[in-house]
Amino acid sequence: MTMPYYVAPEQVMKDRAEYAQKGIARGRSLVATTYDLGIVIVADNPSRSLHKISEIYDRIAFAGVGKYNEFDQLRVSGIRHADTKGYAYSREDVEARSLANLYAQYLGQVFTHEMKPLEVEILVAELGNGQRPPQLYHIAYEGTITDEDRFAVLGGETEAIAARLDEAWTATWSLGGALQAAVGALAGPDRTLVAADLEVAVLAEGNGRRSFRRLVDDELAALLG
Amino acid sequence: MSLPLFTTTEDPGPDFAGLMRRLRVPTHPLLAGTGSAPAEGFRHGTTVVALRYADGVVMAGDRRATEGHAIAHRAMEKVFPADRYSAVAIAGAAGPAVEMVRLFQTQLEHYEKVEGVVLSLEGKANQLGQMVREHLPMAMQGLAVVPLYAGYDLARRTGRIFTYDVTGGHYEESEYNATGSGGRDARTTIKLGYRDALARDTAVELAIQSLYEAADEDSATGGPDLIRGIYPLVATVTAEGFTAVPETEVAERFAELIERRRTEGRQP
Repeated sequence: MTMPYYVAPEQVMKDRAEYAQKGIARGRSLVATTYDLGIVIVADNPSRSLHKISEIYDRIAFAGVGKYNEFDQLRVSGIRHADTKGYAYSREDVEARSLANLYAQYLGQVFTHEMKPLEVEILVAELGNGQRPPQLYHIAYEGTITDEDRFAVLGGETEAIAARLDEAWTATWSLGGALQAAVGALAGPDRTLVAADLEVAVLAEGNGRRSFRRLVDDELAALLG
Repeated sequence: MSLPLFTTTEDPGPDFAGLMRRLRVPTHPLLAGTGSAPAEGFRHGTTVVALRYADGVVMAGDRRATEGHAIAHRAMEKVFPADRYSAVAIAGAAGPAVEMVRLFQTQLEHYEKVEGVVLSLEGKANQLGQMVREHLPMAMQGLAVVPLYAGYDLARRTGRIFTYDVTGGHYEESEYNATGSGGRDARTTIKLGYRDALARDTAVELAIQSLYEAADEDSATGGPDLIRGIYPLVATVTAEGFTAVPETEVAERFAELIERRRTEGRQP
């Protein structure tokens, strides 16, 4: 019988991180930013039915990049968590922070204990209210959670995209301005993204109780100018 | 709370009630054993009506809840938006009825979010039927819940109404219906004024008149409470979705109704 080779724990973690990063970087990126009336999320996603962005609850949205089946499972469990909590307590008791923490714990646990880490990066966005500013919780494949109050970039080439968006970012821009800057940052200097290449959704006041809304077709094309 | 994750073989899919069962959260507190429910100590909601008109449906309900022979609540709400394009109204034991509405609303929204598409109106009506059926053991003990469901069918471009019985059986109504203790009087009133493809104002007026007559004949149905300013709830569901008729409009219509009867020399 041969003894298995000894592999240092540092090496195991490094290999796993590399594996996950590679998987995530293969996919297309996604950007979320706040604007004067809410949060806009823009994904480089030509599919009309396999969504990367979706609604979790009245004021909470979810976005994911990487392996579709893996982040979709997380999306559904987020909806389940929020709906169960809202049913058991009250709608106003559902908030993004606790959900983001649950996601972070789960991703962290899978990263350290399972054979294969999840090849995903996810975003939990929550519209602000009188007491709270808008929040963007960015959760990485190994469970690291960061909270952003301006914008978040997920996927590959994040540094270049973030640098481009940082340059343009202003606190009071309108939906059109924010959207155009986000699309410009996603595309970079060598590409142009049109409405058909994009999946866009907003969390915004004025949509009634459920603040999540997809921007499609003519409305999106008009906003892109 | 932990993240609700399931293996692929045990996944409840878009079914919220199924999810609650798997998480062992009770949704329907089924009464065990036999015997009858207490004759007192629980509240009863009464008359609700729905009728079709040119653009969709009108739904209305009085505000009274009774406990035995006493009035338990004067401003109870019995007409609820089920989702954007449908409304549900309830009559019967108030506690379980309101809980059923809450579960139904969550169920529809849950399905929509998980699946990414909205259930058909027929599918929603079926879901409500299943909830009423699951409630049957309690209905057998006197705590019956009888909802009325109406919505705008986006595929067929028309308003549709569904009525239920305690067994969960549901039946589509082609014109109008009413349920609850004053339902019979309300139904008769609508019957006398109903025409195909009524205008919105006429339909709202007819719904208001029907509740007025029901309150006149049935002790458990509340009429317009002019002293406290409490009026029945009226809502419409059309291609634009669920819209509550403003309370000021309802109040004006009742005032006009009473005034008209006075001038006509009839008892209000």
